[in-house]
Amino acid sequence: MPPHTFKVNGRQVTVDTEDDVRMLWVLRDLLGITGPKYGCGINVCKACTSHINGRAFNPCSVPVSQIAPTDEITTIEGLPDTVGADLHPMQEAWIDRDVPQCGYCQPGQIMAAVDLVKKVQAEGGTVTDDDIDEIRNMCACGTYGRIREAIKQGADNM
Amino acid sequence: MPAKHRTEAPGPSRHRWVSPTAGAPDGMRRRRFLGYLIAAPTLAVGVKLTADSVLEAEALPSPTPEVSEVYDLSDLLLDSTRPTANLITIVVNSDGTVSFTIPRAESGQGITTTAAMLIAEEMDIPVSDVTVDLADARPELLFNQQTQGSASVISIYTPVRVAAALARGRLLEAAATILGDEAENLRTTGGRVLSTAGSSIPFAELAAAAANAVTREAVTELKPVDEFSVIGTEQRRDDVVAAVTGRKKYTMDLEVPDALPTMIARPPTIKGTVESVNNLDEVRSMPGVTDVVEISTDAEPGRGTTSSAVAVRARTFGQCIDAVNALDITWGRGNVDGESDASILAQLREAPAPANLPSPTPLDEVGGQLPLVTEPVGDVLDGVGATESIDQEFVFYWRSNAAMEPNVAIADVRDGEAEVWTPSQIPIVTQTQLAQVLDLPQSQVTVHVPRGGGAFGRRLFSDAALDAARVSKEIGKPVRLMWHRADECRAGRVHPMCISRVRATYSPSAGEVVAFEQRQTSVATDYTESFGDMITSQAAKLPFANELTLSQTVFLLTASVPYDLGAIVLGYNEIFDFDRFATGSVRNLNNQDFRPAQELVVDQLAERLGEDPLEFRLDRVEDERAKAVLEAVRDEGEWGRDLPDGVAQGVVVHNEYKGTVAVLAEVDTRPQTTGREIPGATTGPRVRRVTVAVDVGLPINPLGLKAQMEGGVMTGISHVFTGSLHLRDGNFLEGSWDDYRYTRFWNAPTEINVVVMPASGDRPGGAGELAVGAATAAVACAYARATGEMPTSFPIGHTKDVPFEVKDFVPPLPPSPVDGLTAYPAPSAAGPAFDPSS
Repeated sequence: MPPHTFKVNGRQVTVDTEDDVRMLWVLRDLLGITGPKYGCGINVCKACTSHINGRAFNPCSVPVSQIAPTDEITTIEGLPDTVGADLHPMQEAWIDRDVPQCGYCQPGQIMAAVDLVKKVQAEGGTVTDDDIDEIRNMCACGTYGRIREAIKQGADNM
Repeated sequence: MPAKHRTEAPGPSRHRWVSPTAGAPDGMRRRRFLGYLIAAPTLAVGVKLTADSVLEAEALPSPTPEVSEVYDLSDLLLDSTRPTANLITIVVNSDGTVSFTIPRAESGQGITTTAAMLIAEEMDIPVSDVTVDLADARPELLFNQQTQGSASVISIYTPVRVAAALARGRLLEAAATILGDEAENLRTTGGRVLSTAGSSIPFAELAAAAANAVTREAVTELKPVDEFSVIGTEQRRDDVVAAVTGRKKYTMDLEVPDALPTMIARPPTIKGTVESVNNLDEVRSMPGVTDVVEISTDAEPGRGTTSSAVAVRARTFGQCIDAVNALDITWGRGNVDGESDASILAQLREAPAPANLPSPTPLDEVGGQLPLVTEPVGDVLDGVGATESIDQEFVFYWRSNAAMEPNVAIADVRDGEAEVWTPSQIPIVTQTQLAQVLDLPQSQVTVHVPRGGGAFGRRLFSDAALDAARVSKEIGKPVRLMWHRADECRAGRVHPMCISRVRATYSPSAGEVVAFEQRQTSVATDYTESFGDMITSQAAKLPFANELTLSQTVFLLTASVPYDLGAIVLGYNEIFDFDRFATGSVRNLNNQDFRPAQELVVDQLAERLGEDPLEFRLDRVEDERAKAVLEAVRDEGEWGRDLPDGVAQGVVVHNEYKGTVAVLAEVDTRPQTTGREIPGATTGPRVRRVTVAVDVGLPINPLGLKAQMEGGVMTGISHVFTGSLHLRDGNFLEGSWDDYRYTRFWNAPTEINVVVMPASGDRPGGAGELAVGAATAAVACAYARATGEMPTSFPIGHTKDVPFEVKDFVPPLPPSPVDGLTAYPAPSAAGPAFDPSS
């Protein structure tokens, strides 16, 4: 099995596995990083949303062979470190609004929200309801209302 | 503008309890409760879950009470817990914190937070000092370990407080000895015992001193409700930080050595069977694969239909998916091959109309002059003049109750023992079934209950645990088994397809409804694992004959007609055996179908009688609480405000689980809304604004209660517009999320306001399912008004199109994409917009 080297949550790792194993399983099954969740395996529910080099991606749909040694993966576990704090402002907003119910989709929701806000802010704007309407992350508990408010609150502190 | 309740930071609530018996001499009504001091190294206190007294019989409402008004599902769930429970225990740790292991599932509904609040209230400690974990299966608890029917808060409310009060009492006694004072002179605050002289001792220093050498009975009183300072305040979830940091551990996140990923190749039609596996050796040699084995997938061991499948265990789930899809299996027939939506609908319509179900007040004694079974237009009744009637059939298609976390279980079956982790709502049933299929004594089967990623009724069945245990036993290794999302859609539990037929008879001259008849015919619902034994045990107590089927019993215990609509006639029957399809319920039982059909006709009645829909309901609701929540949404939701053409409001009220809820929804069906372009999104009509007013008697945690109401609204929106499964030739077409079009951000209301009514009683009611039927009905009514056409088939989008490319049935799993780096977010093939005019 070929070795694959990359950086995850600030740590350089090497994994021995077949080229076509998707990153979600590399993270979860081989590295024990369980924040990214399985919800569909085909990139439609977004429960596994994480970041690669600061932008959102869905590791369920990326073979490990596509990850370069210089690539930096950030999962929900590594999100606070990206701002040098115990919690990212988006996580603080989530806590303040008591967003989660079962919580299963929330790591992906937060990673998607951070990406959206970064993108909107880079374009000089502020996040709107229309922006939030385009987020694809599923939630079966129905926490969408609180997420909507938490994204706006978190964005104010990003 | 942010929703109103969002502006309130969690903290002390304005919803303080007001005693309905305020003014009664204190002490006269104080009840004493029995518990047990338990021999242990630190203070441990136990109580039976049956410590509560029998509910006072409620006076029969009149004139035509439905069964659910006098004895509802909550009563059944509570009564079934009374005679059988063993102890649940609270432990005061040596650091002064308190631990409680609750025999319930926590799947996001917030019961652990609620339990922590009840303990904190009685013991005068911070909520954060209470840790609540989930109990393993405890067979001695019998019916006391199940999580369903929105009954958890109702059932633990008194017992947990009794245990906490006993613990506090023992701490006071221990402190009295140390302080040389009388316990009556001491008080507690902030986790300390205080003397009148001003000295204090923290609980941490008393935990060992208050320990008991022998187990004995003890008696306590409870904190008077007018002293509550925690109950009724907004508290965040106990696991909110863990959830948002990725530290919360779900079943598949647990570290169990050598429990490798395992998935299952399932048949192409429902409950199919394996005839042969034609390339076993080839698949066994695939990368990462350790085992390939055929297993039974009987979900109802010993009494139901047989089915089978092939399991694959591998180093990663990704390799499981590849191996499952590489299997060359010859499949036998399924259980419903050849059946499709159209054939099921025909059978539902052909089924004999359900007979009247018994009612606690015989219908022929009601009102004297009203007909038993209503007749169509034109009959003349004494005193009401000529009548007219509305006859309408409503169709409700299949819905999935899948949660975000799929069906999961870890199992280690070796050496005559089984250890299983699964987020079961019914762990004792799971344990019993595991013992049966593994041929082990129940005492050799341990069932751990991790926190679940949603439940919604899905986890009232043990499928995943049985799958995992069967594989583990067969190969003699631990397995970490997860259902693929495609399995959830095609082999999962479905809310059964049903039709509801309504005949409403009214007198235009008298301006009154004289009779309301509603008969529901459904594909059989499988209640055998959830309510079956419980109902049997209580049959003699139920206020109607015991010859009803299980499903009819559940129907009667839940079906609600909150309005005075003359003579009420209800009926319910089913087609098929209980397990022809794999059925269950989605976050609510019958009312998510029964109530929308009913409320749409109520709106028609209001129109024909020339009344405002909300005033029509206000005039006919049968109790004050229902009236109050209706008035609250009228005021908060600005009923009747000016809205553009194509945008309209709908309003309903609903009673269930000892609570009452009103929902006012505004639906926008204008072309600029329905035609919104979001790649891959089913946009369509948009519920813009929702106002909910909820009265659960005594609200424990208004923050959690609001969350439950919001979730019910999201499910209601899905039920009205797009969330369904299409049955074609023996299986469902949907193969993942996006195919199954549950409410998404682009469908969710941008404004949702939940009003928690002040306490109307001294007991909490249930909340988890309360809003589903009401929200479904309110959104349907709003849509009907916005388009000028009453929808009669749900979800409305079901019969309009199948807007996705149907995924293969063989091989069974959709392959994992490889373009995740170039396509974010990658829209699926779902779409286009749901067009109300098509």
